[in-house]
Amino acid sequence: MAWLITTLIVAPVVGAFLVGAMRNYARSVALAFNLITAIGAFLLWRSFDCSLSGLQLVERHSWIPAIGAEYLVGVDGLSLLLVILTSLVFPFALLAQSRPAGDRGFCALMLIMQAALYGTFTAQNFVLWFLFYEMSLIPAFLLIKIWGGEKRDRAATKFFLYTFLGSVAMLLAFLGIYFAKGTFDFAGLGELAKTGDLLTGNFTWLAFAGIFLGLAVKVPLFPFHTWLPDAYETAPTGVSMVLTGALSKMGVYGFIRLLLPLFPNEIKILGPWLLTLAVCSIVIAPLAAWAQSDLKRMVAYLSINHLGYCMLGLFAVTATAARPLVEMQAALSGVFMQIFNHGITAAALFYFVGLLEQRRGLRGIDDFGGLMQRAPLFCGWMSVAMFSSLGLPGLNGFIGEFLIFKGSFAIAASFTAVAVLGLLFTAIVFMRVMQSLFSGPLIETGVAFADLRANEKWVVVPVTLLMFAIGIVPQFLFNIFNSTVVQMARLFS
Amino acid sequence: MSSWIVTNLWLIPAVPLGASFIILSLVNSRRRTAAALAIIGQIVAFVFAITAFLPTLYLPGFRAIHNFTWFTFGDQALRIGWMLDPLAAAMMVMITLVGLCIFVFSVGYMADDKNFSRFFSYLSFFSGAMLGVVIANSLLLLFVSWELVGLASYLLIGFWIERPSAAAAARKAFITTRIGDLGFFLGMLWLYHNSGTLLFYDQGRGCLENAGLLAIGASATFIALLIFCGAVGKSGQFPLHVWLPDAMEGPTPVSALIHAATMVAAGVFLVARVYPLFSLGAVNGVTPSLTVVVSVGVVTALMASLIALAQFDIKRILAYSTVSQLGLMMVSLGVGGVAAGIMHLIAHGFFKALLFLGAGSVIHGLHHEQDIRKMGGLRWIMPVTFLTYAIGMMNLSGVPFFFSGGWTKEEILHSTAHWRVSPLPHYLMLAGVILTALYMTRQIIYVFLGSARNTDFQSVRPAESHSAEAATTTENISVVRTDQRPVFHAHESPRVMTMPLIVLALCSILFAFVLTPAWPWFHAYLNGEPARVDFTLLIQPMLFFSLALVAGGIGLGWLIYRRIPDPLARARPGLFRFLENKMWVDEFYEQTVITFSRILARLADWLDRYFWDGLVRLFAGIGQALGVLSKGFDDHGINAGVDETMSGTRGFGRLIAAAHSGQIQTYLGAIAIGMLLLLVLYAWLG
Repeated sequence: MAWLITTLIVAPVVGAFLVGAMRNYARSVALAFNLITAIGAFLLWRSFDCSLSGLQLVERHSWIPAIGAEYLVGVDGLSLLLVILTSLVFPFALLAQSRPAGDRGFCALMLIMQAALYGTFTAQNFVLWFLFYEMSLIPAFLLIKIWGGEKRDRAATKFFLYTFLGSVAMLLAFLGIYFAKGTFDFAGLGELAKTGDLLTGNFTWLAFAGIFLGLAVKVPLFPFHTWLPDAYETAPTGVSMVLTGALSKMGVYGFIRLLLPLFPNEIKILGPWLLTLAVCSIVIAPLAAWAQSDLKRMVAYLSINHLGYCMLGLFAVTATAARPLVEMQAALSGVFMQIFNHGITAAALFYFVGLLEQRRGLRGIDDFGGLMQRAPLFCGWMSVAMFSSLGLPGLNGFIGEFLIFKGSFAIAASFTAVAVLGLLFTAIVFMRVMQSLFSGPLIETGVAFADLRANEKWVVVPVTLLMFAIGIVPQFLFNIFNSTVVQMARLFS
Repeated sequence: MSSWIVTNLWLIPAVPLGASFIILSLVNSRRRTAAALAIIGQIVAFVFAITAFLPTLYLPGFRAIHNFTWFTFGDQALRIGWMLDPLAAAMMVMITLVGLCIFVFSVGYMADDKNFSRFFSYLSFFSGAMLGVVIANSLLLLFVSWELVGLASYLLIGFWIERPSAAAAARKAFITTRIGDLGFFLGMLWLYHNSGTLLFYDQGRGCLENAGLLAIGASATFIALLIFCGAVGKSGQFPLHVWLPDAMEGPTPVSALIHAATMVAAGVFLVARVYPLFSLGAVNGVTPSLTVVVSVGVVTALMASLIALAQFDIKRILAYSTVSQLGLMMVSLGVGGVAAGIMHLIAHGFFKALLFLGAGSVIHGLHHEQDIRKMGGLRWIMPVTFLTYAIGMMNLSGVPFFFSGGWTKEEILHSTAHWRVSPLPHYLMLAGVILTALYMTRQIIYVFLGSARNTDFQSVRPAESHSAEAATTTENISVVRTDQRPVFHAHESPRVMTMPLIVLALCSILFAFVLTPAWPWFHAYLNGEPARVDFTLLIQPMLFFSLALVAGGIGLGWLIYRRIPDPLARARPGLFRFLENKMWVDEFYEQTVITFSRILARLADWLDRYFWDGLVRLFAGIGQALGVLSKGFDDHGINAGVDETMSGTRGFGRLIAAAHSGQIQTYLGAIAIGMLLLLVLYAWLG
């Protein structure tokens, strides 16, 4: 089944061309291809042996041998997890998006972006990886620029410039590494880093800074995050869902795949500073969310907070001296869980805000009131997503956060103790949202507010059931990446 | 049988939880089904609880555990489990029994509510979550259930969602308790780190067993105090007590549930459950963490009973009495009287549920009037409510003999008397006894005795079938005369509401018989000792002393509050206002913590918009300026000279100028493409 990964990457591209070529049925074709990728991802999961730790289903072809560029794709637990997440988020995003003008272009770009994501999460060679990494950027830029809300030009340009600058810095850093060592292979570079002769002197720091900048912007890590609220706010619902659900994971994935294995010493030296940045993301972002009145912007800020938990776990694992293996495994497992959970939950939240916008054209926190009286189903299901996001036990969010905190507390107790405040502020924000949207007297905007429709239930119910499933019996997800966690913990120690 | 129930102990919380979800999926109109399901679920849980209770009776100190792996992360297993011991068994029986009474009562109380089914779903959920707390053999499972209890209270306090005040109260409850839960969470992480397990008991390897406690060592004090933060939040201890009185915004059965069987009981239960952590390294039963527990308890108990003296809302008085009783329980746990604290918790569960449901019955009878100044004279109109309420009041005030609350309070006073650190808590708790008797007497007088002071609840409407009943009752009531024949609307509650009152009253009386010093069976059961019968123990100086105090308190109350309006309010208006406004703690928080965090939020937003984004824009501006500069240089410096000789290059120059648009992405793109091209070229040419 070695061709599975390539199929996953190629299928959406074919779909995009088909969508472009046909005059009608853009949405249906796009969804059909999403069915194909979903089946592909499922088959990938089935043929993946969870008990093994290394790369599996590897496919290797020479490409430009002179520069060490290969077509090398394969999955380990983390990659597989992200492939599954991508396959989940995209169809729901397509279902969520009401048909815009120029639907053909919209669907085609979404499919291209999907292909790029599959590529990013499976590529094991830097050139290939970077190609896919950048390939995702252009559709995202166009999707915001063309189908975004007001201020879309500004937001799109900002998004593009910001991430592109980061990418260029990263590319330069990698070129430097290539000229020094002559390989683009992730595994090979990791081996070199392990023995300590990847790079030497100031050049190491330059390379580190370049890659760090590129990835920190992508995640985003405080204070490189200011593009995100603008972009998420302006993007159409489906694109916001994809941006937060799948695209934001590219940054975290990059940290795990590239930065942490390649620069162990630099990260250790900067340890406290990196942890501080993660804690700032966790604490300041929800505070800023509290001050927002636009719901989409609010969810965007909370997204920064949730990815901050991931960064806390990662930096705790790599940035400190004393690291018991158990705690590292806890933190890493927590990070992987959080990646997946945040993808689902944040996408769901954007979906609900999108429904509000779709029905009334408004998404201010004070624009609604007393919706519970008119639309109990809508409020109920949206509450589940919010409680999942604030980490209520029994729902998916809790498992990841608990493990991250468990691991980080043992390794970096004081940082973790401050980071716990993030849990409180997130709760305050969601309590505020629930109070002003759902309770109180019914105000004008809610008078003829339609409750969840059948087609909307098709999105909401499966996603919510998944949240419950992960919250109560999470083993099926852990199985995917447990071996990878063990291997990585050994790698980082 | 005993092993079956241990393995399947999860059924006890699962049945109400399952009922809750089934009810939630029903359409709102299936009211009967909803109530029936909830009540059946509760009955089944009760039967299971009794089944679990029985085996704990045979063997003193019975403890059975069932642990299993929840999930594995990396190559580590995270295990959780449940346990059956006297503490859990007694709590389960109390929760399910009190819960059942409240459920039945709710059928009458909520009869007119349009979201009747949802109410029962939430109630079941609440009960199930609390049962989860009780059976947990893992701090993690306890925490999970604990948070679900919090969620349930949030849903129920804000049940009348159209009311902004209810929504605000729900939010306040959730956030305030979550502040405490942060401490709990950190304590749990710390405990997990030190002991390597979150299981309480695990054949010698649990965190509350010798090996685990040894590994925890000196950090036990901090861990215990952090966990105590959670208990402070949930059990409404000072300084996180502010949510509890506001929680009165929920329907009265909810208040009963929160104040008796669930929620607030969880905090006291938690401290009792992890007591080995608190008492680790104790000298004469004193550790720093336990001293903190005592101090918090004393402050809470006194403060709350003082505030209760100056409240006029029938439910708020009870709410503050709960706060003060919980303080008393904390004191008891802190001075080493764990059994006494738990006994009081269970006795309190019965009589506080009784009092709240009694208050609910009054409120229902008076069409949602809650101000005690507008009541009075209800003893003739609501005889069952009055009698049962009086029993509850006797329990709460601490009259011994037939009332369980009296004996358990007695036991607590005994434990405080033997505390080595200071005699102060003992004396303060004695003062608390007087205060409790005082405010309860005040309440009884205001509500049930005297004559009706207000006519608000005697709305006037054309005579109906009520008229005969009304004729007999109007004699005791002053009625506004109007043209129409007055009909008195205050009424005794229907059977479905009075029966639970009677059952609870009986429970609180019958329970007393296993609490007396003559046969302290329950005390022995909790401590895992055999109980002895010794009637001579009934005669103790302490008993008479506290009896005198209670009698004094009630007598004093009678003397003072015979006359209405409140004599205290007249004599000391300043002090009364201070107490009536809950010592201005809420206002204090509003002005300090809350305002401060709001400012922080604004600041974070401002920094984001102007500082961080400003930096970004600054860089963008520099880039743009460079672009303009280079364009200008091209136009005027180079182009002008070249134009002289080769006009044909003009077009080319324009092209360059256009490329230098000041758009960094173009520049960087060009760099990247150039770089790639070079690479490709390099590759081809070898």
